[in-house]
Amino acid sequence: MNLDLAPFWISLKTTFVSTALVLVLGVAAASWRTGRQSRLWELFDGVLLLPLVLPPTVVGFFLLVLLGRDGPLGSLLWRISLSLVFNWPATVIAATVVTFPLMYLTACGALGQIDASMLEAARTLGASEWEVLVRIALPLAWPGVLAGTVLSFARSLGEFGATLMLAGNIPGRTETIPVAIFFDMESGDTREALLWASIVLAVSLTVLVAMGAWTRYQRAYLVRDSMPVGRSARVA
Amino acid sequence: MSLEVDIERQFPDFALRVAFTAGSKPVGILGASGSGKTMTLRAVAGLYTPARGRIALDGHVLFDSAQGVNLPSRARKVGLLFQHHALFPHLTVQENIAFGLRVQTAERSRRVSEQIAAMHLSGLEQHYPTQLSGGQQQRVALARALAPQPKALLLDEPFSALDTHLRSQLERQLHEMLAGYKGVTLLVSHNLEEIYRLCEELVVLDRGSVIAQGPREEIFRCPPSRQVALLTGCKNFSRAQAREAHCVEAIDWKCMLRVEQEAPSATAEVAIRAHHIGVSAGSAAAQPLPANTFPCWLAALSEAPFHVTLFLRMHAPAADPSDCHLQVEITQEQWARVKSQPQPWLAHLDPQRLFLLPD
Repeated sequence: MNLDLAPFWISLKTTFVSTALVLVLGVAAASWRTGRQSRLWELFDGVLLLPLVLPPTVVGFFLLVLLGRDGPLGSLLWRISLSLVFNWPATVIAATVVTFPLMYLTACGALGQIDASMLEAARTLGASEWEVLVRIALPLAWPGVLAGTVLSFARSLGEFGATLMLAGNIPGRTETIPVAIFFDMESGDTREALLWASIVLAVSLTVLVAMGAWTRYQRAYLVRDSMPVGRSARVA
Repeated sequence: MSLEVDIERQFPDFALRVAFTAGSKPVGILGASGSGKTMTLRAVAGLYTPARGRIALDGHVLFDSAQGVNLPSRARKVGLLFQHHALFPHLTVQENIAFGLRVQTAERSRRVSEQIAAMHLSGLEQHYPTQLSGGQQQRVALARALAPQPKALLLDEPFSALDTHLRSQLERQLHEMLAGYKGVTLLVSHNLEEIYRLCEELVVLDRGSVIAQGPREEIFRCPPSRQVALLTGCKNFSRAQAREAHCVEAIDWKCMLRVEQEAPSATAEVAIRAHHIGVSAGSAAAQPLPANTFPCWLAALSEAPFHVTLFLRMHAPAADPSDCHLQVEITQEQWARVKSQPQPWLAHLDPQRLFLLPD
């Protein structure tokens, strides 16, 4: 059997880049959102969470309308000869938009659960809002943020609908594994489809298990008498 | 060093209107829950913004609604100790204490070890908060608040999460520490004894307003109002009317009382603290009885390990346990002397200890 490995590399690249993007964007949006409680922000949440409930094809459709050459954003980008449809960046955009709500939701939850008095203590001790975020809020929210990252990674790896709409199926450029599976099945190549499906299954499972173990290790400091070994103080 | 607070904020069912000045003597803020104690403390720390007013510490304006000044917490140089320590669980004891220190490494480790020694935390430097006992946690929190040398130290019910033994231990340490502390100290508590032992000056709050302030002895000796008397632990009140210069009629207690202070005509109530009433087994037959001494019968009783609370009915035996006039607190030793003697016993309301309250 002559297997073209391109979908594997494209999927891997797309998944890693979109997960990294979503990690930064999701955590930034969540930390910005934390502590703001008004009705208007609920609408803001609604807009951000839409991709979670919309069919991916609908998300892809709107992205295509927005970013297409005649779209409001696409036409602007076209002027600087930048296109974000039917090329590799389009796969990243599709995966990022679809997985963003997962990251945003879990990060909001994790940040919201932090005891407010800890953040207040940090402020009275002279910490700026940035320091409060980086030195207190994020480390405390880390297990939750990590869970969001895992979910986003797994979801991104399996992204199909929006990717196909926005990036199409260009072998060697935009054909990710899920897209390849679909077209393998359509052309009757069940064996190749099964192979790709097994790869996705194996990667997803490995990542989930590994991240679970890492989270348990990270949380150890919260549990009496089960300290992670080898941590040393930064002072003195 | 002084702290001036004059703040205001209106809520649908509550108005905060607090003004007081604190010097270098520790000031205790006393009040029931919901009286605005914690809110006041948080306003000073910059964690809560009042609608109007001014807060100044050591000559620096921290908040002034007229000038539009509202310094963020981080710039206020105020140390805050929370009810539940609020230590950072992902940092060691040492890292927690060093968190607020924005100085060079050498100076930082010097100050951290200084605090570790002062708070008796040696050997725990590398521990995480969850590995410490409740008392140790609160000591680390205190060390962390003090390490940056704040101009004001705000203590919000610092012992409430501790058990009795640790409480008194930490209280003694805090007392020692406060003696050497140069800044302003505010202590919020609803524990009378704790606040009395630690603070020479008191501010009494009720439903968002200051209802008394001054030296602790004065506030406890002659509370200016019924609310203050209640909040400082007074248990015995009777409606009263002034009869002569040093004589009032206690309407609920159905008796005439001699009082040390001159009774103003506006006198509405007479009151006395439970442990200022003497109970003796002297014979009620020895007429006439000395001034302010009345026969009384036991209506109910509540025993603690070292003291006994008696609920007494004056003039006649009690019909049921709730039929009583006076709540009296005596030691177990005094109780042992009285309890075997036949009733009625004699209750003595010391004229120097009685105080009069306006309407």
